[in-house]
Amino acid sequence: MEQRQHTLHAKKASADGPPAISVYGLRVARGDRALLDDISFAAPRGAIVGLLGPSGCGKTTLLRSVVGIQACAAGHVQVLGHPAGAAALETRVGYVTQAPSVYTDLTVLENLRYFSAALGLRGWRRENAVVRVVKEVDLADWADQPVGRLSGGQYSRVSLAVALLGSPELLVMDEPTVGLDPLIRQELWAVFRRLANEGTTLLVSSHVMDEADRCDRLLLMRDGRLLASCERSELLAHTGCASVEGAFMRLVRPEGAGAPAGSDSVPVRLDSVPDPTDSVPTPSHPERAPETAYEPADESIPAPAPPSSVPPPSQPLFAQPLFDGDLLPDPHASFFATECRGP
Amino acid sequence: MRTEYRPSVVSRAVRTARALPLTPGITLATAHRVLQQIVRDRGSVALMLAIPCMLMVILKLMFDDADGAFERIGPQVFGIFPLIVMYLVASVSTLRERTSGTAERLLTMPVQRLDIVLGYSLAFGFLALLQAVLATLLSVGPLGLDIKGPPYLLMIIAMLGALLGLALGLLVSAFARNEFQAVQFLPAGVLPQFLVCGLFVPREDMSDGLSAVAKVMPMTYAVQAAGEAARHDGVTGLFVRDALLILGCVIVVLLASAATLKR
Repeated sequence: MEQRQHTLHAKKASADGPPAISVYGLRVARGDRALLDDISFAAPRGAIVGLLGPSGCGKTTLLRSVVGIQACAAGHVQVLGHPAGAAALETRVGYVTQAPSVYTDLTVLENLRYFSAALGLRGWRRENAVVRVVKEVDLADWADQPVGRLSGGQYSRVSLAVALLGSPELLVMDEPTVGLDPLIRQELWAVFRRLANEGTTLLVSSHVMDEADRCDRLLLMRDGRLLASCERSELLAHTGCASVEGAFMRLVRPEGAGAPAGSDSVPVRLDSVPDPTDSVPTPSHPERAPETAYEPADESIPAPAPPSSVPPPSQPLFAQPLFDGDLLPDPHASFFATECRGP
Repeated sequence: MRTEYRPSVVSRAVRTARALPLTPGITLATAHRVLQQIVRDRGSVALMLAIPCMLMVILKLMFDDADGAFERIGPQVFGIFPLIVMYLVASVSTLRERTSGTAERLLTMPVQRLDIVLGYSLAFGFLALLQAVLATLLSVGPLGLDIKGPPYLLMIIAMLGALLGLALGLLVSAFARNEFQAVQFLPAGVLPQFLVCGLFVPREDMSDGLSAVAKVMPMTYAVQAAGEAARHDGVTGLFVRDALLILGCVIVVLLASAATLKR
């Protein structure tokens, strides 16, 4: 089994490099309470990955583990082919915390200049980076305002701008759009989509399920456990629901409690996301509900379960978590390597 | 296509500097940013610079009738007031840095812990210098503080005291969860030093236990060095030893506070 995983992954890795994020057996515990338990997933490059789940389910802890700043994270987290938090990733991963972490008493430009210096940028490169991100988050008109005087949406966009300074390959964002008005949310998602099209991988958390419609891939979480890691269309097909919210409810309460599959309230999409992977169902992904979450399954080999074994969509088997084929740890890293920072 | 402007330059600049526990450019940028923040808050700057001067004036008025008391006490407080003022400012501002998440954000960047600590030290050290020069000029000039040694020795003591307060403030901000606690650490950590440093009662007259305690308190040496400068012409050996002791304390406390900065 282990051997098979290795060869499988080696094939994939040679094709398109290591995945942006590869998490295997991640567990974070505070005292006796497990904040995250047995999290495993992988995220391909250039995708918008939505991390969705109710408040307090461990989204921030998972994001912090990916960035490599979570204390007492056991398991294996690899980012862009390096262990999470490695020095090589300092300029390649951008992290936007939930509360904007910028200096409120400085102006937008002063903040950006300082943080770009902190990234090691000098001279014209620094000015270039500052000008570029100011345009990207559309704050040119407020560049000379102290951040503390900006509105909430502008404030969080300054924090996003700081994360964009180093042109990161992976952008980890903790609820970047929560509490913003619909127009700004739409603008931000347009920025995210553009970044993804340019090749950046985005990991975005949210507790608002309708944001899932703007993501390529989804991670559904509840109580520190992962319910699903797959493409959005796959999740909907798997659960037979019209919305991610309905799918989430299906995964949490498999009985369905009488609610017909199609009757979920479909959230209004504010913009149509022009992404082929989003709307087109993937025929190469036969919907499977593996018995164990970590069973290797990859398109490059004959699927262990033929499509005929897929249960009809009304079976209570929907309680099974859904993980698609990319769920494979990196063979170059030691499995279950326990890495614990701090006390 | 994206690799074109991916900051390979960044990584290279940073990687070459990794041999050191700090990156000079980032340290200076941090000092610049801290100064920018302080300057923006004009009230705080005015208070920082004015408070030691105000206290010296009060001291002068207090001891106006007492013969020679101002000459005895005046130099000694140079080791005390800047320490307290700088402790408060430094602890609260670094606590803000830690609690607002910016320190954590910096540490996910190629910023090293000493960059932050030394950046703060440089910025506040500059303010401490202004403070020391102002207080010394005021005391020696208009207030007529008569000391035997050269006045710049008082400036050195005031600077060292301020640096010590800064270092203690940085350290304490690691253990304080909020501003209230940081301020509470002042009576807990600084006032005992203030009491036993020899200002109220000469250390020789204290009980053995207390004078032993006084011996390990850095403020004691600041006060003693200031007394040396007041009583002797030129620089004495004791002054140099005490100044170096305080400087050593500052370095140790700064390193300790760098160690407390965690991701």
